[in-house]
Amino acid sequence: MDAILWSRIQFAMTAAYHWLFVPLTLGLALVMAVMETLYVVKKDDFWKKTAQFWMKLFAVNFAVGIATGLILEFEFGTNWSNYSWFVGDMFGAPLAIEGILAFFMEATFFAVMFFGWNKVSPKFHLASTWLTGIGATISAYWILVANGWMQNPVGTTFNPDTVRSEMASAAAFWEVVTNPVAVSKFFHSVTSGWVTGGIFVVGVSAWYLLKGRQKKFAVKSMIVGGIVGLVGSAAVMLTGDSSGIHAAEFQPMKLAAAEGLQDGGRGAAFTIVPGIKIPKMLSILATHDADGYVPGINDILKGYTDNDGNVVPSVAEKMERGRKALDALEFYRIVGDQDTELAAQVRAALDENVQYMGYGHLQKPEDVVPPVGVVFWAFRLMIGFGMLTALVLLLSVIFGWKDKLEGKKWLLWAAVFCIPLVYIGGQCGWIVAEVGRQPWTIQGLLPVNVAISSLSAGAVKTTFFVFLAVFALFLAIEIRIMIGAIKKGPDTVEPEKD
Amino acid sequence: MSYTFLQNYWWCLISLLGGLLVFLMFVQGANLHLGNRMLSDLQKRMILNSTGRKWELTFTTLVTFGGAFFASFPLFYSTSFGGAYWVWVLLLITFVFQAVSYEFQNKKENLLGVKGFRVALEVNGVLAPFLVGTAVGTFFTGSDFKVDKLAITDPSSPVISTWGSGWHGLDALAQPHAVVLGLTLVFLTSILGALYVLNNIDDSDIQAQMRRTVRISTIPFLVCFLIWTAVLLFRPGFAVDAQGTVSLENGKYLHNLLQMPAVLVMLLAGVVLVLLGIWKGGFTKSRCGIWYGGVGTVLVVMAVFFLAGFNGTAYYPSFSDLQSSLTIRNSSSSRFTLQVMSWVSLLIPFVVAYIAYAWRQMDRKKITQEEIKETENKY
Repeated sequence: MDAILWSRIQFAMTAAYHWLFVPLTLGLALVMAVMETLYVVKKDDFWKKTAQFWMKLFAVNFAVGIATGLILEFEFGTNWSNYSWFVGDMFGAPLAIEGILAFFMEATFFAVMFFGWNKVSPKFHLASTWLTGIGATISAYWILVANGWMQNPVGTTFNPDTVRSEMASAAAFWEVVTNPVAVSKFFHSVTSGWVTGGIFVVGVSAWYLLKGRQKKFAVKSMIVGGIVGLVGSAAVMLTGDSSGIHAAEFQPMKLAAAEGLQDGGRGAAFTIVPGIKIPKMLSILATHDADGYVPGINDILKGYTDNDGNVVPSVAEKMERGRKALDALEFYRIVGDQDTELAAQVRAALDENVQYMGYGHLQKPEDVVPPVGVVFWAFRLMIGFGMLTALVLLLSVIFGWKDKLEGKKWLLWAAVFCIPLVYIGGQCGWIVAEVGRQPWTIQGLLPVNVAISSLSAGAVKTTFFVFLAVFALFLAIEIRIMIGAIKKGPDTVEPEKD
Repeated sequence: MSYTFLQNYWWCLISLLGGLLVFLMFVQGANLHLGNRMLSDLQKRMILNSTGRKWELTFTTLVTFGGAFFASFPLFYSTSFGGAYWVWVLLLITFVFQAVSYEFQNKKENLLGVKGFRVALEVNGVLAPFLVGTAVGTFFTGSDFKVDKLAITDPSSPVISTWGSGWHGLDALAQPHAVVLGLTLVFLTSILGALYVLNNIDDSDIQAQMRRTVRISTIPFLVCFLIWTAVLLFRPGFAVDAQGTVSLENGKYLHNLLQMPAVLVMLLAGVVLVLLGIWKGGFTKSRCGIWYGGVGTVLVVMAVFFLAGFNGTAYYPSFSDLQSSLTIRNSSSSRFTLQVMSWVSLLIPFVVAYIAYAWRQMDRKKITQEEIKETENKY
């Protein structure tokens, strides 16, 4: 394997690993904040002890999440050097703003939240708990603005003098910040974090009930966690709908791959699993019109006319125009200041084809097709596990509210087993989002083979295995510590039975 | 706001972040004292919990420093991170271990034992300032790289920035001048760490040990700092003319200092404040040396960055291809990006204010043995 593939594998591993910790941070932060608010409002020590227990688990998770976030930031530079230059002007700004606005908030108030129980007033402590979660959420927004821009690069223009994508104007930054893909991704990701946090709390609490321990703590936690998770589930479904619309509009190949749709058309059916289809449903999901046109993989390769009547060229034509753009760029750089008239002519030729410049780097049209099987099944697992967890959350809240959870062992076991499922579902979501847009690092502008650093495969392979070992070690320790803390249980919330 | 103003403004902000990062590396310096045999396990745990309440600020400043560099001078990020690969990966690994060491260290399920994670903190305490210092040292010695933007049109070799040495950054270790700056930072952060612990922990044994550390570390710190500064002032520097052409100029950094008197004053004021902090911590009963040392460190680091980047100087020079050297002008983001980020940077005083408020609230009560024995929430 070459350095490109090893770099892709390394980045995918780091991102997937990071996403094991982020959703729990987002969700548990909200659960803890609600519980501590109940403590401050009701002045009931039960809620303080309950919030403190979940905070302990939060702290273990938080540390690894922060550590892996740093790796991701560094890897943009270390492994994707060309990418860093080509889009640093667009991509770097959200990252820097994330640092200034969100990371300091998280870092500052996490310390107050964790260590400040006896050092600051209850209200300041409560504010710190909320601000820790808000900081994490703001952080998610800015990194998803950056990610959303990679999926739908708005507000940018290519500058041949600097050979990079640049912000088209100061006002264009607003386009980047309000990019519909970013906004939708933000709500989808953050609320999926609420689902993860909710399921985690519900599942752990269910385990206590199965063991006949900490009944009041477990039931109350299940209700709070269940409500947070349920709200998250509803929001995930709503934002999932807008994600589908955006994929159809900006990344039709991703949608075609997620559906395994070779040949599209009007009134396209949605495939639940191979052999079971819902007529017209894909058109409804993708266009909100039962007869809307959805292009398949072959249509995209050959070219098609979209729902607005625009003719989308074939990939072969885009590649040809992309090569023209690259040739013009090379000529423009050589001519440069020597012949301004000729440079202007070359520039015009470049501008005419620049939107397809990324395609000029591809070897063959089929390069634009992502691994269909992976995306297809990841999409189905994400939806399936999402619906299952939503059902478990709903039943947990209903039976918890009626105080009838103890007799529902099947539900309690289901809640426990939903913990790994919600993580698998979350990972599958990112597989759809990221594998589904291959081969692009920046949709249509920069394929992965041009985004790399000048490193040997051996160097990247070495760091891959080093990170793999470190990640495996940290995950093993984190799980052991979490299990240890859960087995020990919350402190003196109520007397243990045995 | 002109493009030139914005580029300069962001170099100032990068310099400030760099200064704050080195100051906040008192966390790394303090963690070096976890191996002090004169301290009991409880006292070591007090130090661990003291830095444990601040490490995230250091970590966040590192992330923000990286993010801000990426956003404002992306060609540096692309060239240095992609080229000096092993330096950054090594730095990354030590910081990643540091991040989890607090939470994991005293948990019985941690697989590596207390000692394993304590060693990780100590390794980070040495390597982090050393690598950062050596990396900044190459701002003056130069590195072996080439930048060719036309390369992106070449399908067989599209990478714009390529590193000449197969050591990918470890080659900086063969540059004594850069290495001396790395060592300077190791001793400086050790001093700052001791000054911070002095201020943050109520324990007479620890305080005595920290004062002793300040006195001992000051000698190698001063030796390294003076050697580095003397060599810097008389070595050839990387000058850039109005057309952007880079050439070697003897005594360039001395010229910079003399031609930018404000930077000279900043450097001298910073040095005086660091020495004052050392005096207060090492030779008096004062516990506020960290504040003098901290402000002094920020000023000195900013002055060093100004010397590297302003007054027609290439801040990230290439000694193998002078014209590939990075300057504030040729490596920055576009005007619009810098402009937008400048608006956001106006929020920095607000961020500093809430950090200061929270810090003050948390540090009103100093850490004592009783607190560590009695509290549940500790590392």
